[in-house]
Amino acid sequence: MHQRKFIFSLLIFFTGLASADEVQVAVAANFAAPMQVIAAAFEQDTGHKAQLAFGSSGKFYAQIKNGAPFQVLLSADDKIPTQLEREGLAVPGTHFTYAIGQLALWSAQKNVVDGKGEILQAGHFTHLAIANPKLAPYGAAAIEVLKNLGLLSALQTKFVQGENIAQTHQFIASGNAELGFVALSQVMKDGKLRGGSAWVVPGNLHAPIRQDAVILTSGKGNPAAAALMNFLKSAKAKGIIRAYGYDF
Amino acid sequence: MVTISDPALSAIWLTLRLATVTTLLLFIIGTPIAWWLARTRSWLKAPVGALVALPLVLPPTVIGFYLLVAMGPQGPIGQFTQALGLGVLPFTFWGLVVGSVLYSMPFVVQPLQNAFDAIGERPLEVAATLRAGPWDTFFTVVLPLARPGLITAGILGFAHTVGEFGVVLMIGGNIPGKTRVVSVQIYDHVEALEYAQAHWLAAGMLVFSFVVLLLLYVFNPNGRRK
Repeated sequence: MHQRKFIFSLLIFFTGLASADEVQVAVAANFAAPMQVIAAAFEQDTGHKAQLAFGSSGKFYAQIKNGAPFQVLLSADDKIPTQLEREGLAVPGTHFTYAIGQLALWSAQKNVVDGKGEILQAGHFTHLAIANPKLAPYGAAAIEVLKNLGLLSALQTKFVQGENIAQTHQFIASGNAELGFVALSQVMKDGKLRGGSAWVVPGNLHAPIRQDAVILTSGKGNPAAAALMNFLKSAKAKGIIRAYGYDF
Repeated sequence: MVTISDPALSAIWLTLRLATVTTLLLFIIGTPIAWWLARTRSWLKAPVGALVALPLVLPPTVIGFYLLVAMGPQGPIGQFTQALGLGVLPFTFWGLVVGSVLYSMPFVVQPLQNAFDAIGERPLEVAATLRAGPWDTFFTVVLPLARPGLITAGILGFAHTVGEFGVVLMIGGNIPGKTRVVSVQIYDHVEALEYAQAHWLAAGMLVFSFVVLLLLYVFNPNGRRK
């Protein structure tokens, strides 16, 4: 009897619980904070486990094209999921918009960024941090905003580029860049600014940042992947997402 | 001079400039450290030697992270550079120089120390009986005898700085012509799926690194062990 029990525990140890599936999720860096909360709730409610990796959407695209073992992608845009679908790397018909991102001009110090973003016109700063526009949709949106304000060529020389939006945030948070464009979700919690000063960039200055999720080919047939997609659409997840400053 | 319009050329030029400045500084800073390490009997020898060797084992992310914080406006180095009126160092060429000097330090100090060690007491004693002063001895006896070590140190220091990536990525801010070195440029191309451009630079790096190591082995075939 004891022996059988022992073998049974060994089996559980090596295979994990049979009922709980795991899903490997590539998450756009701007969604890191809410996704950690969502993943915890997801695990509690469904018993499935979501393994999260954070990075720029463009980087994930390159990695997925080269066979990265991700099963779900939470992109920071809608282009990459569509592209992956077209290239046969994502399961057709699974992609949907899980959040609409908000761009913010943020400084770690109080009273640096005014409520209208006029500091950009004045230009009294040395470094303006943005995410690499080639890789990060929030970086591309920032460029679009500056173009629309007619400030791109004036401010271009002050750019410092983060490899993704998380590194951009870190450049500003450490004070090395006085201000920069980040995702509102990175500086907001429970509907409030967590510190410093910010200008929430009006949506008419850039194309909406539609953030789409999609099941990748390697996630086809994984119940945890499908469950995660459903969970993202649930009222519970939406409540979390909204608290971080996203729209739908 | 290279025109800034060509991103690849500007990255190469910047990388060579960074490696040259770093190597020169490393000779100035590293030679006395190596000399002291080779000659001293102080208990401090082991801790200083370990400190110098740290970048060999530390991930570049650790060095990059601490540099970013320390050189930032609230950090001790940042406070110091601001007090001098230099501003803060991250995102500047000189910030990269500071990072590279720390990161490549063991590659210069260790070959120098080995070379100084290998000279032994005898030539120094002979020089002393001939009434050569310590500076005179160092420049006319020690340095010529340590030539292979100097060459190795110079080549390794230069090459290792050219091959640096993680520290630059973390404190550089990817500014064209200022902090976007070749390794970061390659990373950028690969991430953006611009494989053709990435191949050119990557192949260039491969050839460069091979030639450098080849030179090292040609100049210094057996490491001149004693």
